[in-house]
Amino acid sequence: MTDVTSLNAPHAVTTRRLDGPSGAKPKRAISPRNVFIYGTLLLVSVYYLLPLYVMIVTSLKGMPEIRLGNIFAPPVEVTFEPWVKAWATACTGLNCDGLSRGFWNSVQITVPSVILSIAIASVNGYALANWRFKGADVFFTILIFGAFIPYQVMLYPIVILLRELGIYGTLWGLILVHTIFGMPILTLLFRNYFTSVPEELFKAARVDGAGFWGIYFKIMLPMSLPIFVVAMIIQITGVWNDFLFGVVYTKPDVYPMTVQLNNIVNSVQGVKEYNVNMAATIITGLVPLIVYFVSGKLFVRGIAAGAVKG
Amino acid sequence: MTSVSIRDLTLKFGSLEVLKSLNLDIDEGEFLVLLGPSGCGKSTLLNCIAGLLDISDGQIFIGGNNVTWSEPSERGIGMVFQSYALYPQMTVEGNLAFGLKNARMPKDQIAERIARAAEVLQIEPLLKRKPAQLSGGQRQRVAIGRALVRDVDVFLFDEPLSNLDAKLRAELRVEIKRLHHRLKNTMIYVTHDQIEALTLADRIAIMRNGIIQQLDTPHEIYNRPVNLYVAGFMGSPGMNFIEGDITHHSEAAINFGSTRIPLERYPFIRSDRPEKAIFGIRPEHVSCGAAAAGEPFTADVEIEVVEPMGADTLVWAVLDGKEFRFRVDGQSPLRAGETARIGFDPAKASIFDMATELRL
Repeated sequence: MTDVTSLNAPHAVTTRRLDGPSGAKPKRAISPRNVFIYGTLLLVSVYYLLPLYVMIVTSLKGMPEIRLGNIFAPPVEVTFEPWVKAWATACTGLNCDGLSRGFWNSVQITVPSVILSIAIASVNGYALANWRFKGADVFFTILIFGAFIPYQVMLYPIVILLRELGIYGTLWGLILVHTIFGMPILTLLFRNYFTSVPEELFKAARVDGAGFWGIYFKIMLPMSLPIFVVAMIIQITGVWNDFLFGVVYTKPDVYPMTVQLNNIVNSVQGVKEYNVNMAATIITGLVPLIVYFVSGKLFVRGIAAGAVKG
Repeated sequence: MTSVSIRDLTLKFGSLEVLKSLNLDIDEGEFLVLLGPSGCGKSTLLNCIAGLLDISDGQIFIGGNNVTWSEPSERGIGMVFQSYALYPQMTVEGNLAFGLKNARMPKDQIAERIARAAEVLQIEPLLKRKPAQLSGGQRQRVAIGRALVRDVDVFLFDEPLSNLDAKLRAELRVEIKRLHHRLKNTMIYVTHDQIEALTLADRIAIMRNGIIQQLDTPHEIYNRPVNLYVAGFMGSPGMNFIEGDITHHSEAAINFGSTRIPLERYPFIRSDRPEKAIFGIRPEHVSCGAAAAGEPFTADVEIEVVEPMGADTLVWAVLDGKEFRFRVDGQSPLRAGETARIGFDPAKASIFDMATELRL
């Protein structure tokens, strides 16, 4: 009511709005633009999610139901039998204790590999970015060059190397390999991140009497959580999903999960148990998936931060 | 007594000589400003003094000790950076304590030092905050505090006010000057802002291409620049430069077009008289209108542009075919297109040899 009275008051005439558009432009919910954008997004999501849907659905069906051939149909009778079997009793070669053995092997491989490679690579990147020692550029170039050499070239030489070290076929041999091969990309990642940290901060710390490790632990580390998360995700997924190194450098009782999965799925004897295969595959992929979901936000932030400079 | 002394300092990046055998003596308690355009080597020099850059040749003494090869923390210096460079994950208190903890100072002594610095800089209420929660001015205060707690002899400032807005810059400028009066430390201050240099410095060193052009008091540098570069760099708006011929039959004068400026009042510092010279007069040393009549030299100029700046007005005019700027009172009624009578005292001018660009 106050609006109306003030509008009618003589002094308000000058402030009255003229005819025509006024205020915020109205937005239509269904415009060609929105239809196009959301339509495309929907299509792409379906394209990506459909296989996952099929896997989940199949893993919850019994074999008779699978044989009917309706792969998109939801399960009539939900059963968790295949999951239990995949985890605990599926046979790979001589062992019949399912994926559980491979899971623990993979954990034992991934955790030290990730910690070791990140610890070393972050110090590398810090030294390369902030302590411009003589030959730093040459060293960096060599390291990056390493990232472009195909793994296959180095497979056999590393077998010999591990044999001479006496750790061929052990978990520690594989951990060493993962740590070394993670080095180029992780060092690049950390170097670029640390270069984007203002140089004056580093200078201030030096004036304040902090040394190489003092600056690293007290100044750089606390500032670099996002990039550590990115490095962790890259390494966890990389090491967890690795098949080639796992199959080459380990023996059956220390096979990582991926190799065991392959052995379950590709076993030639007996009936193909699609539901068990699907369940086993999902279980194997679950770890990287969880890592992504938990740290997705930090991941994006870290990628963006590392991308700004260098 | 000398506090900081630099002997034949040379710094090379590859084949590029950034500092060329530079010598500089700074007295104890002196406020020295290194002034110059970007890329002149002033920040580089400061980094060399701090020990953050390894020098190629020469020596550096601080407080009588040869610190040429010492670590930054061993040199007895504190440094304040342009971007504040506060450790983002530490509180203000943590920032102040960091250097002292590295020096393994006992806790109670650290607390004492912090309390004193916080009192001097009036940052006591901020001690528990993180740098991100502070304004630009507060951050710079903390950055100064970080140098202050270390109880050093020499303070190094690397363009500390450049990131602040104009008003805050003026406030902190006064505060730094007050701090200097109170602490009486040696301070070396790098800036490209001549107002900061003129207001703060006991002496100014004007640098160009890694060489100190002139090292003198602000008054001398402003009134008696040693060469054309210094004359042009100091002052805003810049000095008027007019090329002319020097004649000296009966009395010395400089001529251009049909204008003759008598130079008998000009204090020559050299006895030789090159033919070609550049005559320089600051816009603020020119008077206009009635005041011009009393000056030793007067002329008529055509006004092209008038720029009112509040307190005063800058007039762009033409003096015998040459561009000529002068400053008048902000209330001046001068308009573009008019003719004005101007005058100045050649004693306040600067004359440079056109060939060597050195002061005559």
